[in-house]
Amino acid sequence: MTTTDTPGTTADVPRARTAEAAGAPEAPLSAAGNPIGFGRMLRKEDARFLRGQGKYVDDVQLPGMLHGAVLRSPHAHARIVSIDTSAAEAHPKVRAVITGAVLETLNLAWMPTLSGDVQSVLCTDKVRFQGQEVAFVVADDHYSARDALELIDVEYAPLPAVVDARKALDPDAPLIRDDLEGRTDNKIYDWEAGDAAACDDVFSRADVVVTQDMVYPRVHPAPMETCGSVAHMDPVSGKLTIWTTTQAPHAHRTLYAIVAGLPEHKIQVISPDIGGGFGNKVGIYPGYVCSIVGSILTGKPVKWVEDRSENLMSTSFARDYHMHGEIAATREGKILGLRVNVLADHGAFNGVAQPTKYPAGFFHIFTGSYDYAAAHCNVTAVYSNKAPGGVAYACSFRITEAVYLVERMVDCLADELSMDPAALRMQNLLQPEQFPYTTPTGWEYDSGNYPAALTEAMRIAGYDELRAEQAALRADPDSTSMMGIGLSFFTEGVGAGPRKHMDILGLGMADGCDLRVHPTGKAVLRLSVQSQGQGHETTFAQIVAQELGIPPEDIEVVHGDTDNTPFGLGTYGSRSTPVSGAAAAVAARRVKDKSRIIAAASLECSPDDLEWDHGRWHVKGDPNQAKTIAEIAMLAHGTLELPDGMEGHLDAQVVYDPPELTYPFGAYISVVDVDKGTGAVKVRRFIAVDDCGPRINPMIVEGQVHGGLADGIGMALMEVIAFEEDGNNVGGSFLNYLLPTSMECPSYELGQTVTPSPHHPLGVKGVGESATVGSPAAIVNAVLDALQIRHADMPLTPAAVWRAQQGNPIRTDLAIV
Amino acid sequence: MQVPAPFDYERATSVDHVLTLLAERPGDARIVAGGHSLLPMMKLRLAQPEMLIDINDLTDLDYIRVDGDEIAIGAMTRHAGLLSSALLGEHYRIFRDAERVIADPIVRNRGTIGGSLCQADPSEDLSAVASALRATVVIQSATGRRTVDARDFHQGPYETAVGDAEMLVEVRVPIRPGAGSAYEKVERRAGDWAVASAGAFVQLDGDTIKDVGLGLTAVGAPHFTCVEAEEALRGQAASAENVAAAAQLCHDACQPQADQRGPEDYKRHLARELSRRVLTTSIARARGEQS
Ligand SMILES: Cc1cc2nc3c(=O)[nH]c(=O)nc-3n(C[C@H](O)[C@H](O)[C@H](O)COP(=O)(O)OP(=O)(O)OC[C@H]3O[C@@H](n4cnc5c(N)ncnc54)[C@H](O)[C@@H]3O)c2cc1C
Repeated sequence: MTTTDTPGTTADVPRARTAEAAGAPEAPLSAAGNPIGFGRMLRKEDARFLRGQGKYVDDVQLPGMLHGAVLRSPHAHARIVSIDTSAAEAHPKVRAVITGAVLETLNLAWMPTLSGDVQSVLCTDKVRFQGQEVAFVVADDHYSARDALELIDVEYAPLPAVVDARKALDPDAPLIRDDLEGRTDNKIYDWEAGDAAACDDVFSRADVVVTQDMVYPRVHPAPMETCGSVAHMDPVSGKLTIWTTTQAPHAHRTLYAIVAGLPEHKIQVISPDIGGGFGNKVGIYPGYVCSIVGSILTGKPVKWVEDRSENLMSTSFARDYHMHGEIAATREGKILGLRVNVLADHGAFNGVAQPTKYPAGFFHIFTGSYDYAAAHCNVTAVYSNKAPGGVAYACSFRITEAVYLVERMVDCLADELSMDPAALRMQNLLQPEQFPYTTPTGWEYDSGNYPAALTEAMRIAGYDELRAEQAALRADPDSTSMMGIGLSFFTEGVGAGPRKHMDILGLGMADGCDLRVHPTGKAVLRLSVQSQGQGHETTFAQIVAQELGIPPEDIEVVHGDTDNTPFGLGTYGSRSTPVSGAAAAVAARRVKDKSRIIAAASLECSPDDLEWDHGRWHVKGDPNQAKTIAEIAMLAHGTLELPDGMEGHLDAQVVYDPPELTYPFGAYISVVDVDKGTGAVKVRRFIAVDDCGPRINPMIVEGQVHGGLADGIGMALMEVIAFEEDGNNVGGSFLNYLLPTSMECPSYELGQTVTPSPHHPLGVKGVGESATVGSPAAIVNAVLDALQIRHADMPLTPAAVWRAQQGNPIRTDLAIV
Repeated sequence: MQVPAPFDYERATSVDHVLTLLAERPGDARIVAGGHSLLPMMKLRLAQPEMLIDINDLTDLDYIRVDGDEIAIGAMTRHAGLLSSALLGEHYRIFRDAERVIADPIVRNRGTIGGSLCQADPSEDLSAVASALRATVVIQSATGRRTVDARDFHQGPYETAVGDAEMLVEVRVPIRPGAGSAYEKVERRAGDWAVASAGAFVQLDGDTIKDVGLGLTAVGAPHFTCVEAEEALRGQAASAENVAAAAQLCHDACQPQADQRGPEDYKRHLARELSRRVLTTSIARARGEQS
């Protein structure tokens, strides 16, 4: 069954509630008017956010707090000849100047990355990217810290830089990682998936083979809040408290224990309100470590918050994938095989965050939503003189790159065969009866009805009418614009992940969760994941409400504080609802099971004689003989004699190890108009049909989709971090790193299909990254459809579009010269 | 947060006060108007003035009025004021066209015409508007006022005719009855600086172009204009062919530099395409065929 929201109605909370049909019975309303369970409700956290009363890292004020600032390298590759800090140390308000040499004495000059590499905290030998951390000043106030940076005299001996990934493996390429023993070139790894021989065979027999090079350029998640930390090493208790912008507080604590050798039980990581993460706040940055060292050295709390340019130039970027795709098919359009070679630019340190087993993340899901005889990919990762990072910006561990690749290749094939891209997709989509489906590269898709989603998107779009309009426009010699229609169908694998396959630095990706029902029937749910704007305080309360019948306003969600929450790996890769959401549901079910036994003891009947009805147990056939969950909670904390072996109180602890990933999917269509004379692109419409299983709070889901679609428009049309030949970053401020505004975003047209995951307790699949993953290809496909050109690389700025029309495309990963 | 280097600050109470303060700290003091160009440069520490003279209390410099056969615009007139002015809307649609695409409402509420012209950014939109309209700029010093043609005002990137102890107080635009005008910009995103922009006015005598002005920004056009194209059109028929030929002259005469907004050839192309469009629209507006 499908439902559709017309544009404009999505914000209309009460009215749209009735449109949720989707097969599920509607939850009853609480006294406050909220659904006691799934359904639309305003976000509990928004009251403080909308009033400007959120508490972010930069809002933390501690007595005696000092302020840190990082001196960064102006060069992309240069040996450090000398650093003179004497003038900075003489500044009357400076308390400490920390350099790599100082850190070396503490064995902290280098730290492990999330991918088993090491990264410089403060440079000791040479700088390897522009913006790299060279020194850290601690001063009485932020202004003085900044002033003192200008007093540090660093002498650099510049070296040639590697900025073009395609030249990183040239025999004469400068060696970037001479710190690593035995290293003679810039290669990080070669990695492959799929069956190369089977692929060769399929390709040799195919009627048609289409090849295409494409770049998914380096982009940046650019969260509204930049990264920062306030570290306080209490000299008396020996306890380190660090308030920090992290999506993964528990993983950070363990890493600090490993990196700094601090005892883990003496570290408290607090991730307060977080102003956007998108993967940018998964890793540990040198600034965090410096604030800790600053606090250790001065005995005072030290705050460090980076500015916008520092965020854009030095923290986790995303993508930078240079891909060569080949697709094989019959003349009738039956897709047979897909082959990809990737050159992955990881920057100066391999700082990618992803499950250990998969150095290229989940890129090998690149076969997407279609059936193939064979597929194969090879990924070669290289170092370059650029900032480290790689998995960020809501990419589902590189599924963004994978989806872009396959959805572009399918359009290239459609172009080659002169077929309609929708028809070609429809012909090749996996069929509902093929699920669970094992892909040629080993993924097991849980459930899906792909043709239904595409059909629904085409219905909302009015696909045939759009094609007719396009034909008419093309026939009109006086038209000043070109119209394009672009499709994208994506499948994601989210909810990492099963412990047996997935860990980060050896930490298995299972999530803990504690649920405690207080004597009066209110509850507190403690989670390991941390919201960066996804609305966890609401969604997770609704999960418990659904299971226990407690109104969501009576359920407090606690997260982002390692002293007050159970262990877990954090929020990224759309994993919170698939993993921690399952944990919350299982915890609530355990509480419910216990409440049944307590109710039975109180009603003096057998638990089997009881029936559950929205928050209360009653005797079958006698609804008046009942105990509500609040009554049961009081009994559990009271003097009622409990059955043998049962402890008092009403609570549960769970560690949820997902049996498999969940696989949300969707069909997207965009309509663009391109100015014939200037190449300027206007996105006229965007239709997004998402299937993420049942929607806990449809409004929040739609909000996630809206945000992701804006991301997609940004990446397709304007976002890029490009570099000049000497490694100068030309995307290091919002003057040049452009994010889309409401002016570039049409009123989105959302739809849904609902295919529950068979193995998730709630059937839900996760949606945080779906639209970011799925939308760029739809827009690029639309622009190229308008231009009637096979391919051009993102971002499709007016200049890039015009140059593509001239047959002289721009290399978007390099600065325009 | 990006923070500027230390500076002194004074809030001026009158133009004379500004001029006195400037004279006391020659070269060290900078006027701050809307602050939307100067403050970002200070935060990036690209500008480190030792003193700021805030002129936001000089509300008597915020006006748009007819003065003889000219429109006089006070230096402290905000972008938003230019956008909403009925007087400018009646005489010169070019202002409204341009202001709709300059920055965003937040910047437009603060940024001023004086600051825009004095910033002399090679991509400034109002510089092209002033050049197209052959406006004049009134500069005041302790010894009196002088008037400079807009086309002589800009002396290079970030350099103007305003001396150390002077300030811009007014911009004057001749009223040209019946003129049509227009502005068009290509940007990568709303609120971004121009990849290229063009502005024009056209005055017709029947079907003949009596007078014409062209403004170009972000394409390295000398004095934000293309005199060759203007001369080619003046006295000629207001035809599509003549407009196209003049637009080609803009393409040839400009000297754009490649940057992340676009390569040189594209900017040249835009100089032609946009000047053709604004001339065409200006002619249509002069004829009353287009609003
Ligand atoms: C996000 C953003 C986007 C923008 N986009 C555009 C755009 O698309 N197009 C565009 O044209 N502009 C754009 N701008 C610039 C904007 O228009 C600025 O406001 C304008 O350039 C400067 O005006 P101001 O009053 O803010 O000047 P200020 O920043 O206050 O001053 C600029 C300079 O002029 C000097 N100055 C100011 N007033 C006087 C005076 N009366 N006499 C002498 N010197 C003076 C100052 O000393 C300083 O050197 C943008 C700005 C921002 C922040």
